[in-house]
Amino acid sequence: MSEEIDITKLETPELLELIQDDLYDGLADEVVASVNELLARDMTPSDVLNKGLVAGMEIVGFDFRDGILFVPEVLMAAKAMKAGMEILRPLLIETGATQIGTLVIGTVKGDIHDIGKNLVSMMMEGAGFNVINLGINTDVDAFLEAIEEHKPDILGMSAMLTTTMTYMAVVIEALEEKGIRDQLLVLVGGAPLNDAFAEEIRADAYCRDAAVGVETAKKLLAIRRGQPG
Amino acid sequence: MKDIAFIVCGALAREVLALNKKHNWGADVFGLPVLLHNEPDRIPPAVQERIDQIRGEYKNIVIVYGDCGTSGSLDRLLAQEGVQRVAGPHCYEMYANGSFEGLMEEQPGTFFLTDYLVGSFDHLVLEGLGIDQNPQLRDDYFSNYTRVVYLAQREDPSLQQRAKWAADCLGLPLEIRQTGYGLLEGRLLKLINDSPQLSL
Ligand code: B12
Repeated sequence: MSEEIDITKLETPELLELIQDDLYDGLADEVVASVNELLARDMTPSDVLNKGLVAGMEIVGFDFRDGILFVPEVLMAAKAMKAGMEILRPLLIETGATQIGTLVIGTVKGDIHDIGKNLVSMMMEGAGFNVINLGINTDVDAFLEAIEEHKPDILGMSAMLTTTMTYMAVVIEALEEKGIRDQLLVLVGGAPLNDAFAEEIRADAYCRDAAVGVETAKKLLAIRRGQPG
Repeated sequence: MKDIAFIVCGALAREVLALNKKHNWGADVFGLPVLLHNEPDRIPPAVQERIDQIRGEYKNIVIVYGDCGTSGSLDRLLAQEGVQRVAGPHCYEMYANGSFEGLMEEQPGTFFLTDYLVGSFDHLVLEGLGIDQNPQLRDDYFSNYTRVVYLAQREDPSLQQRAKWAADCLGLPLEIRQTGYGLLEGRLLKLINDSPQLSL
């Protein structure tokens, strides 16, 4: 449908709405075209990101949670968002958009599910975090190395299998042994996890989805930095 | 009142029926839709509904499901209901007969097939994950995978052929392991023998 629309003729608020619709429908090319059009109108990269891509992806997230959208639709939407992000990322760096913290994230050893973890990475990036995505099948050494190198505020771990989620405890124990556990917030997520498990392995929080992840990251960081919640 | 009812995941129904016959448990078997797998949050309420429907008719109800990504909420529900579940995180672990961890360690990029999944590969994987509609999604899901391991319950050349077709669809090499019912049989037997009300 949207290919019949001449985006240059749309008012900016309509165009933002269109980006959100196209993202919802997983139309990467259309999202890219609208991102470029908004930038051409001198909207800041961070406004395009937040008012367009992030806002659109939040709707996708809610409808996924409510059983209106399913995994393939979410994946298509995430791909469309990624295409938009690729244009915005260098511009965000160039314009020196403020970063609110650093996140190191990976799917733990033995597990190669990555759709959810990648979505969390993008939404965290959208929220202003500098994200270092270690990918899948990440072992404790890789986590420790990245922590040493990037000094993140937050460590995020994802696991989608009951058989791999226990590895998160291995990583947290290694942080404790090195005496650096308290320098980091540890957020965990994935289908087989819950609050009780996060508590048991001494993570700071279990996050049901990317939106909760972003909210929790911001909230806990603010508390840690002594800012009003 | 009848003795036992099994409430089973549709993906295990055929095998549970066969075991029921083999061991003369005389249980009634109630299946739940396999597609719940792609949305595990819906598994506990579906199990609950079944339990409520049949509760008064059976002395014992046994759930044949893994945790299946329900974040432990299936087990919390069953603890409340006083109903037992066969042990295990998911059916691949059950069928792999103790070799699941080893296979995953050997190649983290292992995708498992069972008789059931071979039979419904087009429905559950190709359609369920939207690959039929958007073929390019195949690589988004599977680009990190390196092999397909078919944990075979039956020794059936037509299933083996179909497993080959499924692996080809994913562009991955196939290994076939004849595992039979794996740990599922022993765990079910134990559940039934250990439970004073259940042993026949
Ligand atoms: C898609 C999928 C796959 C794809 C994965 C593609 C990929 N590249 O990731 C494929 C088909 C390849 C696959 C394979 C397997 N899968 Co799979 N898979 C799923 C499915 C259907 C959806 C997962 C998904 O991507 N959801 C969409 C995203 C957006 O949601 P999400 O992952 O939950 O992530 C969100 C939150 O959890 C949270 N989150 C996640 N991680 C983190 C981390 C942090 C830090 C934070 C803050 C938040 C957070 O935020 C995310 C975004 O909102 C789930 C069932 C389900 N609905 O959960 C099964 C599921 C996870 N898979 C399962 C299984 C068993 C397997 C296989 C073993 C099956 C097989 N036949 O071999 C293999 C794994 C083999 C291996 N080597 O690892 C089981 C796990 C059961 C268990 N108890 O362990 C599940 C639960 C299905 C089931 N009910 O049985 N799978």
